Amino acid sequence: MTPARLYLLQRATALILAPLVLVHLGLILVAVEGGLTAAEILGRTRGSVGWGAFYGLFVVAAAIHAPIGLRNVIHEHTAWRGRSLGVAMAMLGLLLAGLGARAVIAVVAAP
Amino acid sequence: MTASPDGQGCLSVEVWRGRDEGRFQTFAVPHRANQTVLDVVTWIQRHAEPALAYRFACRVGVCGSCAMTVNGRPRWTCRTHVSKVAGANGRLRIEPLRNLPRIKDLAVDLTPFFEKWQRAQGRFTPTRSRAEPLAPVSPESPARKAADAGIECINCAVCYAACDVVGWDPDYLGPAALNRAWTLVNDERDGDRRGVLRAASAGGGCHSCHTHGSCVEHCPVGLNPTAGIAGLKRRSLLDLVGRGVP
Amino acid sequence: MIRPQHNYPGFWAFVAHRVSGVALALFLPLHFLALGLALESDAALDRFLAVADNPVFRVAEWGLVTLLTIHLGAGLRVMALEFLPWRDGRKGLIGLGAIAAVVVGTIFLLRIG
Repeated sequence: MTPARLYLLQRATALILAPLVLVHLGLILVAVEGGLTAAEILGRTRGSVGWGAFYGLFVVAAAIHAPIGLRNVIHEHTAWRGRSLGVAMAMLGLLLAGLGARAVIAVVAAP
Repeated sequence: MTASPDGQGCLSVEVWRGRDEGRFQTFAVPHRANQTVLDVVTWIQRHAEPALAYRFACRVGVCGSCAMTVNGRPRWTCRTHVSKVAGANGRLRIEPLRNLPRIKDLAVDLTPFFEKWQRAQGRFTPTRSRAEPLAPVSPESPARKAADAGIECINCAVCYAACDVVGWDPDYLGPAALNRAWTLVNDERDGDRRGVLRAASAGGGCHSCHTHGSCVEHCPVGLNPTAGIAGLKRRSLLDLVGRGVP
Repeated sequence: MIRPQHNYPGFWAFVAHRVSGVALALFLPLHFLALGLALESDAALDRFLAVADNPVFRVAEWGLVTLLTIHLGAGLRVMALEFLPWRDGRKGLIGLGAIAAVVVGTIFLLRIG
């Protein structure tokens, strides 16, 4: 993965995440009034193809964006660099994608 | 002691002595009107400490040799008036430039700086000989304007010393080398613009820049390496689909 | 510790961007795990939310909402500097991002009352 390709992925996922984050923040600000219950969250997401797609996309984009960002932080502030760092970040991405997919299924799939 | 305009009073000047190991040595230097930091360092070497090592050449702000760290900021000492940096209490701290190996006292080794210049392929690849007519290049073309905005660099290494990523990542080519690469990528006379772009966007190249803008803040010539590096980033994306360089 | 050469807006925007990014990256797996409780049962998620209904948690949530807004704002600034025509410094963007983060954070606090 060349620096140019990593850069492309990072900026592209950032552009995808920007509107998703705005919606997510707006939703949080609306939903958080009067406390949060499972019923409130799940009532919105259960069985919803729309929310499933929204959060599915969110998870994929974040799972790519976060490890690339962390890779820079680790590369610049610690002695860890090179292929092993790249492999570790790829695995982190897979972990995030896996946990995230599980979370999306948890809130969208019928109980 | 406070400095007064008629030239009386003393500055308290801390100067780095040694190499990586060393200490600050403090000198009391007479303050004069219109005094530059280079004047101060020169006074110290001539009257107080003959063994003080430092560099200068033109003394008038065109060569960049006198760059040092003054009160924490990299700058040309011949163009830094004492009154602007010493403050009311007349204190100065003078150190060598950051991010470069130290030789002695205020002198640093610019070899890594120029090695990175070469690694970024910051050298012109000619396409004509002296027997052929000059290449007609319109000064109004966008590419020529982009190149012209960066060609005044005199390799003083102030931007390199100011850059945080240079300090964190030994592979990072740095703002000056990448700025030069940007001017060449925009130079239609260069015979290997694609090579320059590839060199400047490899590991340690333009993608390592985080747009702090330290280089822009400190460049004594008013150049904008951050903008040039952003240009290299854009070109590198186009290069992924084979359209980086016309 | 912060040397004079670092005392300008572009550097602080970068620090905010990097710190918020690391914090969010560390938080994300926890967020996914919490939501994943709904796989067990709705009641399991409810139990977690009940536990989370305390001041310490609320402050943490406020922190995350603010950090997310900061990270978004600083990221958009970087991309504006990289892809849009350069206007000197665009320092105004930094101020805008900071204000947006404060606004979002404040709205959050008001609504969790």
